[in-house]
Amino acid sequence: MAMTRKQRRLSMIGGAGAVLAVAAGLILYALKDEIVFFQSPSDVAEHTVPHGQRIRLGGLVKDGSIDRQGETVRFVVTDGAADLSATYTGILPDLFREGQGVVAEGTVGNDGIFHADTVLAKHDENYMPKEVVEALKARGEWQMGADNPAAKGAPAADKTSQAETPSAPASRTN
Amino acid sequence: MALIDLANPTRFLRLTDRLLPWLVGATVVTMVAGLYLSLYASPEDYQQGATVRIMYIHVPFAWLAMFAYTVMALASLGTLVWKHPLSDVSAKAAAPIGAAFTFLCLVTGSLWGKPMWGTWWVWDARLTSVLVLFIMYLGIIALWRTIEDPIRAGKAVAVLTLVGYLNVPIIKFSVDWWNTLHQPASIMRMDGPSMPPSMLVPLLVMALAFTFLFMTLHFMTMRSEILRRRIRTMRQREASGAAGVATATTGARPGPAHSDTKPAEAHS
Repeated sequence: MAMTRKQRRLSMIGGAGAVLAVAAGLILYALKDEIVFFQSPSDVAEHTVPHGQRIRLGGLVKDGSIDRQGETVRFVVTDGAADLSATYTGILPDLFREGQGVVAEGTVGNDGIFHADTVLAKHDENYMPKEVVEALKARGEWQMGADNPAAKGAPAADKTSQAETPSAPASRTN
Repeated sequence: MALIDLANPTRFLRLTDRLLPWLVGATVVTMVAGLYLSLYASPEDYQQGATVRIMYIHVPFAWLAMFAYTVMALASLGTLVWKHPLSDVSAKAAAPIGAAFTFLCLVTGSLWGKPMWGTWWVWDARLTSVLVLFIMYLGIIALWRTIEDPIRAGKAVAVLTLVGYLNVPIIKFSVDWWNTLHQPASIMRMDGPSMPPSMLVPLLVMALAFTFLFMTLHFMTMRSEILRRRIRTMRQREASGAAGVATATTGARPGPAHSDTKPAEAHS
């Protein structure tokens, strides 16, 4: 079958593009553990991170776990499957609160507690006007940290399952 | 050869001459409406407060940064496969605009990140891949300026642009493939936007405004590039004509050193 020069050029570019895409895919696959920004409490539990090695720990701040003592804050990071206690001294970002995604950088100490020296809040992909949330809260239909029930029409999540909402950072680690 | 190639660009100049006033008007109208909607008429977010308003420019910048690169990639195909005379003009004109949108995307994202995340910058997959896009744009602009002959420059840049296009799907899916500090997509996702209409409408109007702005700037720079190339061709012709006249009148033959010098350089 005779190809015109245009067809030959197009198929050459297509072939080169496919080879490049496969190569890039293999590289990214090989580096997937390096590219992830943080590890979940489950990852930390599975891999038994050596004491003193710096990692980023990501998950949700467990409900009712925040304990402030002056400038020092103790809280529990959870991904629904595993929990890890963390402690941090310093100024926290505005979005830091219970049920909110968080990425903390630091080391796991000998006491088994994660000592964070940097805490970043993770914003989820949900947007909602303040007034609507206040109205929902007034009617008792608002679930903090869960996907917004009004926008999604989803059944209200209970306290235990809200750590596994799609917006939770830890649920996308695999 | 050059004259035949000018046929299409001439039609393009005529068309854009009529189109551009309308595009400028559409840009102004949608931009004013979008800015009013996003800065005044839209509600504050329940988590971010007024900081959410950065999103109305950050997200369109990000979309157009990728859109401009997609335009360049399609134009590169046009250059390499069909050798369309306008395609490398289009690719060259889009590069600085895309670079500017990418830069603004990075800056506005950084300004949002500090109050929301607590940091200006992190090396997560989304932020890093967008930085790579910005560097790609700079590399492409540099390559355009390195090779003087527009046809040869167009081919080299087209190859580089197509190789770099691999980065665009990586940017889009970085938030799904790896865990990142950057949140996943709110608009272009499988189960519909996770944003109420009171915020989605201002965002889409702003996106439309910046798309019109991109088209306006792109057509303007394409026109400039076409005219710049015409001047280049005219100078070359004039220089070779003058050299021909000079040889004819003096009867002197041009030596090898003389014919090696480029006529365009002699005149610039």
